[in-house]
Amino acid sequence: MVTPEDIKGWIEQEIIDCRVEITGDGQHFYAVIVSPVFADRSMVQQHQLVYRALGERMKAEIHALSMQTMTPEEYAVRDGAA
Amino acid sequence: MKKMDTQEKIKAQLEENDIILYMKGSAMFPQCGFSGKAVEILKACEAKFDTVDVLSNPDIRDGIKQYSSWPTIPQLYIKGEFIGGSDIMLEMYQKGDLQEKIKAL
Repeated sequence: MVTPEDIKGWIEQEIIDCRVEITGDGQHFYAVIVSPVFADRSMVQQHQLVYRALGERMKAEIHALSMQTMTPEEYAVRDGAA
Repeated sequence: MKKMDTQEKIKAQLEENDIILYMKGSAMFPQCGFSGKAVEILKACEAKFDTVDVLSNPDIRDGIKQYSSWPTIPQLYIKGEFIGGSDIMLEMYQKGDLQEKIKAL
């Protein structure tokens, strides 16, 4: 079974300088992914980068993944507001 | 009648419908939590939308993923433009962007 740590590792391997917070139970996962590469990219493009990092695994091992992508700056603002 | 290939069929659907949601199941009976969430968001936006059930159209299920380079369902399109999946829909809804886009139609 896929663990949150597996997914975290796969994403961190492919996306430069990224930080992943992820929770999940083997079926449903929820990830917050922070990286400077998301700057100046649309939300669709940001999520596509993550999907590309996971590649074929999206079709097989990973059943359901929710994600939020943001730059370190956006993350800092969100953190401060929380 | 000429048989359309899947990509042509998708293009025709996108041209015919201002707001179209590719989902699992129907708006009344979604077959997946993410698809259900997408329907709820569109209803909350008071949007008039059409849906395509990819479970009963396996060719569309694969074809739409190719069309948008997006590996998951649901997928929302407005005026032929790919908007995103349920995560992006929720984020846009929370910011008010989705309602604005729909009102502007």
